[in-house]
Amino acid sequence: MPNTYTLIASNVLSSSAASVTFSSIPSTYTDLVLRVSVRSDRAATFDNIQIRINSDAASNYSRTLLSGDGSSESSSRGSSESRWEFAVINGNTSTSNTFGNGEYYIPNYLSTSSRPASYFGVNEDNSATAYMRANAYLYRGTAAITSMELTPQNGTNWLTGSSFYLYGIKNS
Amino acid sequence: MPATYESIATQTLAVGASSITFSSIPATYTDLRLVFVCTNVSGGDQAKVTFNGVTGTSYSQTYMYSDGSIADSGSSANQPEVNIALGGTSTTIPTFYTVDVFSYAGSTNKTLLVTCNEDKNGSGLVSRAVGLFSNTAAITSVTIAKSGGTYAVGTTATLYGIKNA
Repeated sequence: MPNTYTLIASNVLSSSAASVTFSSIPSTYTDLVLRVSVRSDRAATFDNIQIRINSDAASNYSRTLLSGDGSSESSSRGSSESRWEFAVINGNTSTSNTFGNGEYYIPNYLSTSSRPASYFGVNEDNSATAYMRANAYLYRGTAAITSMELTPQNGTNWLTGSSFYLYGIKNS
Repeated sequence: MPATYESIATQTLAVGASSITFSSIPATYTDLRLVFVCTNVSGGDQAKVTFNGVTGTSYSQTYMYSDGSIADSGSSANQPEVNIALGGTSTTIPTFYTVDVFSYAGSTNKTLLVTCNEDKNGSGLVSRAVGLFSNTAAITSVTIAKSGGTYAVGTTATLYGIKNA
């Protein structure tokens, strides 16, 4: 039986970057997994990842969020947005050398109709209030996913040491 | 490096069905992962999972969820199945669930991790749950059923095996 969980591409930053893009994503898989360990230059303890698919800036993105900060939980939603947003990670005033970690799972990325996805991530830094977030996403674009651009939602750059790994999973 | 994450079987519905079953699951892995992407034809909303055909009172779960306006948590014990869809699946927008089953071939009770991702661009729900299948037999079959109605054509379920060595 073949191995079905394969690294497609990775990017570990040796210098700050405003965005990280995975392009020319092959169509040979069934699902995508994107694992990140990142920190932005936002002057706050946390920031969020935003993702744009296939350079599509139309209102094809939505989200339902579950968030916890150690003392309370919260719920929110965004509809008809131009990116996937609010995937929590570390900002630049969080404890030094800490990074926010998370995983996206995107099943059926080759579909040309609505595609759901998930994110689960944290920005724990053993100091300030930290967040754990579970996000349900939906992308309503009509083309197979061939590229994804990741940018900080509030900051300007991803900081050195941030890492991004894209995996492909086959169901056969 | 040995292959440690393998597709055991996948099923895509060519006609509507009220359930999907994976049987004769080999005992050669350490953990299982079920990835389920579905739409409904009609009927009840609840998607539920059972193992080895066991119902009775063998399942329990503790969950947290958000519906976009309320965040809450809860639990249930002595249930006949594990509900993996706390909200409701759509007839048009696919929803996405994962069920991880740890040490499924062992002789202890089986721990589960369930994710439910049901955003529908203005409605929907997200949840995470831990579950327990209080049964010491090795898991050899998994069934995903509905509380009513059928899953639509195109609904896909894939069972992966994960080895720890």
